[in-house]
Amino acid sequence: MIADAVTVLLIGAGLFFFVAGTVGFVRFPDVHSRLHALTKADNLGLGLVVLGAALQAPDAATVLKLVLVWLLTLAAAATVAQLLARSALEDGAP
Amino acid sequence: MIASAAFDILLCLLIVTVAVGSVAARDLFGAVALYIVYGLLLAIGWVRLGAVDVGLAEGAIGAGLTGVLLLGAAARLKAAPDPPRLRIVPLLLCLAVSLGLGAAVLSLSVPQPGLVPLVQENLAASGVGNPVTAVLLNFRGWDTLVESVVLVVALVGVWALAPDDLWDGRPGAAQRVKRDAVLNTFGRLLPPVGLMVGIYIVWIGAYAPGGAFQAGTVLAAVWLLAIMAGVAEPPPVRRPLWRALLVLGPAVFLLAGLHGTLWGAFMSFAPAKAKTMIMAIEFTLTLSIAVTLAMLVLGRPRRPA
Repeated sequence: MIADAVTVLLIGAGLFFFVAGTVGFVRFPDVHSRLHALTKADNLGLGLVVLGAALQAPDAATVLKLVLVWLLTLAAAATVAQLLARSALEDGAP
Repeated sequence: MIASAAFDILLCLLIVTVAVGSVAARDLFGAVALYIVYGLLLAIGWVRLGAVDVGLAEGAIGAGLTGVLLLGAAARLKAAPDPPRLRIVPLLLCLAVSLGLGAAVLSLSVPQPGLVPLVQENLAASGVGNPVTAVLLNFRGWDTLVESVVLVVALVGVWALAPDDLWDGRPGAAQRVKRDAVLNTFGRLLPPVGLMVGIYIVWIGAYAPGGAFQAGTVLAAVWLLAIMAGVAEPPPVRRPLWRALLVLGPAVFLLAGLHGTLWGAFMSFAPAKAKTMIMAIEFTLTLSIAVTLAMLVLGRPRRPA
């Protein structure tokens, strides 16, 4: 029961960061601040969703898989953000 | 109950909206980007239907690999003259074909209760516990064999576009990546994890969703990342070892099928040996699919060996 409540709280908070990141992506004026909004807020949001989902996992292996998903997304998002930011810079974005 | 129904309706609306957006998009890049989103949403749809195997394949191949191939094609078409405008006759023809196909599918009589009980009854004899793998590799092995051959034929078609002096050259552009730069680091960090995930997906396919096509796509992506990151170099298309890898999976599959003629019929496996044979086919097929898909993305030879 308590675990369920914490899951709802954590996933709710995670969704909030996803929405915030998406709003930033739509509203921010240039490529670099948009990238910032997307990759920072979404990574935190996904971390919270993973934490919330981990509380419902049937065994430790599932928790490990969830954490691996989060870590892989972190690494991919960080790398892609760097690459996009540099290519935007080379294309003359502000 | 209501929440999940609402989710499904929302998902269906999203899928249709994104599909229309992809077809109606003005520029090629936008159309491909929406097509990739469409594939990912479709994968979620398959998972909602309980078809996790199909969801995995749609996500990996439909959205991921096809998306990359289309992005490459769109980039090369940029130099081409104006994209063709909407023409009435082709549009009507396409509509007629779509409607005809839809009518044909809807008019099919679906025998109840379908083939599911038949598959469940014979699952024990198939050698694997995942009914999807049992159908793909054993009961309807023919289809999968031909699919794996089609991939190799497609690659031969791509290679045939090479100019005469590059007939044995290397595919892909030369990568200039600084060591310890961001992409280079990522390209050395990810492959060990990606290899593990790929092998896991093909191994788990024996009794849970997974299999050669999904695993092959993951391995192809890992190899392509290593190439883009400057960690690996694509081989010249002429190298015998790589050509052997391309046909290894279909060849093992065909040999296993021929072995079936010794005791029963072509493409049938003795229940006692079925598990070993299916795993041998799955693993070699995964390797061949991985190399074929990656080489399809790399394209025709572009520089001397």
